Amino acid sequence: MILVVPSVIITLMYFMFQDVPHPPGTPSPFNNACLIMLGVFPLIVMFLITSITMQRERVSGTLERILTTPLRRLDLLAAYGTAFSIAAAAQATLACVVSFWLLGLDTAGSPILVFVIAIINAVLGVGLGLLCSAFARTEFQAVQFMPVVIVPQLLLCGIIVPRAVLPEWLQWISNAMPASYALEALRQVGAHPDLTATAVRDIAIVIGFAVVALALAAATLRRRTP
Amino acid sequence: MMTSSSDELIRRGAEPAVSVEQLTVIRGKRKALDDVTVRIARGTITGLLGPSGCGKTTLMRCVVGTQVIASGTVTVLGRPAGSAELRNRVGYVTQDPTIYDDLRVIDNVRYFASLYGSEATAADEAVSAVGLTDHRTALCGNLSGGQRTRASLACALVSNPELLVLDEPTVGLDPVLRVDLWEQFDQLARRGTTLLVSSHVMDEADHCGDLLLMREGRLLAHTTPRQLREDTQCTSLEEAFLSVIRHSTAAAGSAAS
Repeated sequence: MILVVPSVIITLMYFMFQDVPHPPGTPSPFNNACLIMLGVFPLIVMFLITSITMQRERVSGTLERILTTPLRRLDLLAAYGTAFSIAAAAQATLACVVSFWLLGLDTAGSPILVFVIAIINAVLGVGLGLLCSAFARTEFQAVQFMPVVIVPQLLLCGIIVPRAVLPEWLQWISNAMPASYALEALRQVGAHPDLTATAVRDIAIVIGFAVVALALAAATLRRRTP
Repeated sequence: MMTSSSDELIRRGAEPAVSVEQLTVIRGKRKALDDVTVRIARGTITGLLGPSGCGKTTLMRCVVGTQVIASGTVTVLGRPAGSAELRNRVGYVTQDPTIYDDLRVIDNVRYFASLYGSEATAADEAVSAVGLTDHRTALCGNLSGGQRTRASLACALVSNPELLVLDEPTVGLDPVLRVDLWEQFDQLARRGTTLLVSSHVMDEADHCGDLLLMREGRLLAHTTPRQLREDTQCTSLEEAFLSVIRHSTAAAGSAAS
């Protein structure tokens, strides 16, 4: 399901936009929307999966038990990060293949870059999910972190209202959210044949956010609890 | 059946497996453990007995090193409890089986084997040690309560620990299974493993070389089954424990007045 769903939804969007008129010479609206989806899906899906899995691990006592073994905490997080990132990579590969080959998605920049940004988004989702799992007592609460953590990022990242026309205070908040940079990087890749300096900066910022989230998550893994 | 008691062994100069000094633990606003001092010798089976909520699990968590301690020290196998080098040498089985329900028995045990850095064959040995060989490829979610407990135990046995801390391992098991498990514990002790086993069923106390009786976060007595019967003049350990409690409450009452 993880594998197929994003591709199916992107295909659905293809048909949604099929008959939408657009001025000749400009990219089709599907092109824009598809690019956004390729970035958003890994973030959302990996956030949900990681936060719920880790929350289960905490509540069932398996986490405490694992922490009584010689395993190092960073190893545990790295293992989680890799496992889910591989799932995300498989998902993004399929979604990219479907979008670029079957649905005619066209970007000025390399499809490889789109794929790379999708994976970085997935790692960010894993980091945020691991971190949020520490604050959820039940799986229900873990799911509710989705509207708290992910939805504002998507609202403010410039998909719905361009960031430049947001009120200034919302722009400040938008500037502090990783998804804004991830989406900007995707747009840069969509519009420019070469890797732009802005895209490089944005990718670096998203990686930075992911690393900070993972580090904070490591801090919530305590071998001793009250 | 009887293993030697801690007192004899420690008097002979052996280094204790577990040494707890004036341990106090605060959970929430209550004192979960209040000034507990106890020593457990190597190669013994020590039963930790008392009503539920008396601090048994907290004391075990201190020994394993997962509990935040307010004051006092816990030394395990010559090291501060929870030290990195103890993590291979101490096995802990929590009260609720902590296994992954969506994995097979053997995969659960293999997973812990790899966490402990044990050899691959250790997983099969551990599974057969708890009598689950017939169910080794069953999903843990489909097992009965007793089988899940044993699968959880196998995950601890896989590292071949020197100290095994078992929190109510026989709760909810049928009598036949309980006898089986206690036989396994005896075998482990004979091979030199130290076992700390909690229970609130007094009739299991006879399997233990040593008894720690706890109530409301305090250690009432560190004794042996025979000594306990002699001291209290009771034949059943159940009555003996109740008499110790009455004794201690009476003593506390007269001290207060």
